[in-house]
Amino acid sequence: MKSVYSENCDIVVVGAGHAGCEAALASARLGLETILFTVSVDSIALMPCNPNIGGTSKGHLVREIDALGGEMGKNIDRTFIQSKMLNVSKGPAVHSLRAQADKSEYTRSMRRVLENTDHLSIIQAEVVEILADENRVTGVKTYSGAVYSAKAVILCTGTYLRARCIYGDVSNATGPNGLQAANHLTDSLKKLGVQMYRFKTGTPARIDKRSIDFSKMEEQPGDSRIVPFSFTTDPDEIQKEQVSCWLTYTNERTHEIIRENLDRSPLYSGIIEGTGPRYCPSIEDKVVKFADKKRHQVFIEPEGLYTNEMYVGGMSSSLPEDVQHAMYSSVAGLEHVRIVRNAYAIEYDCIDARQLYPTLEFRNISGLFSGGQFNGSSGYEEAAAQGLLAGINAAMKVLGREQITLDRSQAYLGVLIDDLVTKENREPYRMMTSRAEYRLLLRQDNADLRLTRIGYEAGLISRERYEGVLKKELQITEEIYRVEHVNIGTGERVQKVLEEAGSTLLTSGSTLAELIRRPELNYDLLAPLDPDRPVLLRGVAEQVNIHIKYEGYIKRQKKQIEQFKKLENKRIPKEFSYEEVPSLRTEARQKLEAYRPVSIGQASRISGVSPADISVLLVYMEQQRRNVTKKDM
Amino acid sequence: MNHFDTIAAIATAMAHGGIGIIRVSGEASFSILDKIFCPKNPDKQMSDQPSYTIHYGNIYDGEELLDEVIVLLMKGPHSYTAEDTVEIDCHGGILVQQRILETVIKQGARLAEPGEFTQRAFLNGRIDLSQAEAVMDVIQSGNQMALQASVSQLKGSLGDKVRKFREQILYETAFLESALDDPEHISLDGYSERIFEVLKQLLLEMKVLLDTFENGRMIKEGIKTVILGRPNAGKSSLMNALLGEERAIVTEIAGTTRDILEESLYLNGISLKLLDTAGIRETEDLVEQIGVSRAKEQAEAADLILYVVDSSDKLDESDEKILNLLKDKKALVLLNKSDLDTVVTEEQIREKTDHPVISLSVKERQGLKNLEEMIQELFFQGKISLKNEPMITNLRHKNALEEAQNSLLMVQSSIEQGMPEDFYTIDLMGAYDALGRIIGKEMGEDLIQEIFSRFCTGK
Repeated sequence: MKSVYSENCDIVVVGAGHAGCEAALASARLGLETILFTVSVDSIALMPCNPNIGGTSKGHLVREIDALGGEMGKNIDRTFIQSKMLNVSKGPAVHSLRAQADKSEYTRSMRRVLENTDHLSIIQAEVVEILADENRVTGVKTYSGAVYSAKAVILCTGTYLRARCIYGDVSNATGPNGLQAANHLTDSLKKLGVQMYRFKTGTPARIDKRSIDFSKMEEQPGDSRIVPFSFTTDPDEIQKEQVSCWLTYTNERTHEIIRENLDRSPLYSGIIEGTGPRYCPSIEDKVVKFADKKRHQVFIEPEGLYTNEMYVGGMSSSLPEDVQHAMYSSVAGLEHVRIVRNAYAIEYDCIDARQLYPTLEFRNISGLFSGGQFNGSSGYEEAAAQGLLAGINAAMKVLGREQITLDRSQAYLGVLIDDLVTKENREPYRMMTSRAEYRLLLRQDNADLRLTRIGYEAGLISRERYEGVLKKELQITEEIYRVEHVNIGTGERVQKVLEEAGSTLLTSGSTLAELIRRPELNYDLLAPLDPDRPVLLRGVAEQVNIHIKYEGYIKRQKKQIEQFKKLENKRIPKEFSYEEVPSLRTEARQKLEAYRPVSIGQASRISGVSPADISVLLVYMEQQRRNVTKKDM
Repeated sequence: MNHFDTIAAIATAMAHGGIGIIRVSGEASFSILDKIFCPKNPDKQMSDQPSYTIHYGNIYDGEELLDEVIVLLMKGPHSYTAEDTVEIDCHGGILVQQRILETVIKQGARLAEPGEFTQRAFLNGRIDLSQAEAVMDVIQSGNQMALQASVSQLKGSLGDKVRKFREQILYETAFLESALDDPEHISLDGYSERIFEVLKQLLLEMKVLLDTFENGRMIKEGIKTVILGRPNAGKSSLMNALLGEERAIVTEIAGTTRDILEESLYLNGISLKLLDTAGIRETEDLVEQIGVSRAKEQAEAADLILYVVDSSDKLDESDEKILNLLKDKKALVLLNKSDLDTVVTEEQIREKTDHPVISLSVKERQGLKNLEEMIQELFFQGKISLKNEPMITNLRHKNALEEAQNSLLMVQSSIEQGMPEDFYTIDLMGAYDALGRIIGKEMGEDLIQEIFSRFCTGK
């Protein structure tokens, strides 16, 4: 027998993108010997598409990753070149932080962290086979035949599985950015009974900054006061010079060029088989879908401080090279554009994530976990968030501890994973604020209050940091109580402050809280009327303000959550036999049998399972429970 | 054991009986009782008392004494619901019962939905479904027609209406969400004004539907028809004549009926809940006094009043009082004893009231047909229609609809206060979910709810 190299470890992570990095860091930080495989060590935490982290709802995910002890927030705080809080004119639930990254710095910085984490080794090799013994994962095999035994394996292959990059009639069997694709793992997974999908996504061209006429564009500067992503980053230490983005628009001419050449798009000609994201459409999709729109926004974003490459946000495409040149140069300010890298679409293998438990472990293969784009999502943040949870849970599994699941009322991450593992997902899944039913409570500003405890209990958050959050919580409660009881008279000083803020003058006394509730006022504005205001920890004032201002809404949302939790807390036993439930409809029975939801709540979200089916289940389970109780008596 | 909030309801029929029972079930039952009940020995804390004990004392709403009562304590799991349960036995008046119930609710209990006590017994494993259904069958059997009505309502027009509400709310929510996620392509300019109008229309339609609840209840429980009149005007005879049986005791002695008699009557498809009352007059007799005051209470709550006048005797102060009670009510004035010499004429009555007047003789069975036709006519002329018009007949549906209404009002107030648009969706979804509970589209627990909601409250 040919002798092969072999090695033992606790956990293997396949892929070093945003999901893989978080998974490997979580596992190693929990003390488990972890090996992270990548096809290219130089491409760790690569950002092959947009040069930013965060954005609507994705910013929430980054905050949550941070509160749970992940790295993404810290890494972007180290490497951003512009930062902006989006949607500030809207309610606090939809405020979202977005930062432009220096792409190469981002990669370098994350690599440095990984390389200096104990228990973590990075190996450049293509994993071609998942080794399993009777539905239990035992390790992986690389292209060279080397065998790495492990107690758990986390798949974070992103867009690399049988990847194909396409524009026009040009098709390259490579991963993103011309990197080597992983062509063998799919077969191994299929042999293990894993169901695969084929998805597609795309990226716009990168262009030379020197060829752009910025005078025809609107400058989009960063915020004057930068807010960090990580709760551990001191805002004062990251205030810096920022680089602007630029806004321009497509026009009728652009759309005409696209329409004339639609037949040459691989999407329309049938070369691309995968399904693309509706929520991150290519420019040709937008032109077709919003036929009445005369123009679409185009954001020109820097890719880094030490490169002239600029990203053309809003114009991803898979049209042929000549059409791309014509299309981009029709845009105001891009008349003389030099394209550095073409736009392309990428097709890749991913899974139907309904094969997973909400812990991100495969239901049918014990010890096999997966996270990121491989699970059918899109976006760096979605990937990182899943990677982190998969990493934590793989570690919990190896350590024999209870795995973590988050529900829809706890975190965007909970919504993301619940959607992925419960609902039929026919396109790359993108996080959106509208997907979170309880978003007023799942704000980016309170992610630490929501999730630090879970990160601490898992072992990724230090005791000191956790105690800081507890202290913050206490201060918030006390300060809310205080402002509700501070009485403001009708003195001259008071009226003056009110007048300056354009608020109605007081005719009788009022509490500070009542004034905070006025739309035109807030906690900070009223500081002059509040001489006894204590010195508070960072972020406390913001929480007090939000809590008081939106108290009624928060209460109502909490009530909705109570309703939701009722069904969520009704667990369905793992070995539950749907065959024995007499009045269940066949379709529902098949779906439930196939996807084995963990709770009645999850069952109710499976498409094809009706409310009536759920009621039947409820009654049946109740009867079962009573029978058991009877026997006990 | 499941953990539910604490619920309360009047367990006895909502009518005047000897005593009324207010049942409270749930974790907070005992602590609520401690807050409102002052036992004869004020040092006793009810929460410290053993299960299956009975205590005498007074119920207070704050400082105000409501009634003297006895309370029964039953600790879970040895109670009907298998939860801590308190029963407050009070005097039978509807007002007293309701005041006590309100006080209990003020202290933290929630009004029980129909059938909820039995539902809890079921969910807590004390009775199984078949037992529960058996109880339900008994309760239902007397009310089969109403049940059919509500089932067909649910399948038909009411369901359509509620689905329409939900579609509209969902459309607006979806629009709002799309705009929030894709501000580049979907603009919210002017949206607040637009949705405000949409909400106004929706609220209007909801109000129309809610207003049918009273009519809906009439179909379900029967039109509450109260027979009023001076003593010996022939009220009980009328009741017997309509029922075709000797139900009420009829004597020559004025004031024979001292309490309320209640019977159901079907008049060509219309269900009447017929209540005979004590004759109204000034009286020294204490028992009769109570009867009189109860008659007045009944008249207040009546859907229809049949005012029986002895046409052989001239009108007096009592008649004036009764005529006063008739104001703002649907009523028929019956000039009874038309077989005798009439002193009171139809014209005389018409001067005093706008209500229709019918001459009849109960004794001779004259004019009864006329009366029946008149009742039917009144019923059908009213805004009550049995067919195809959506109608609310179920208290649970009414509550859900009111919840939806409140949620939409809150959206309107958010708009008025200039809140950012993303706040609208909280209450829009609140309304959507509440409406979903009516048609079983929300909350998987609905079937169980539905099964149990067919119980009368408190059973």
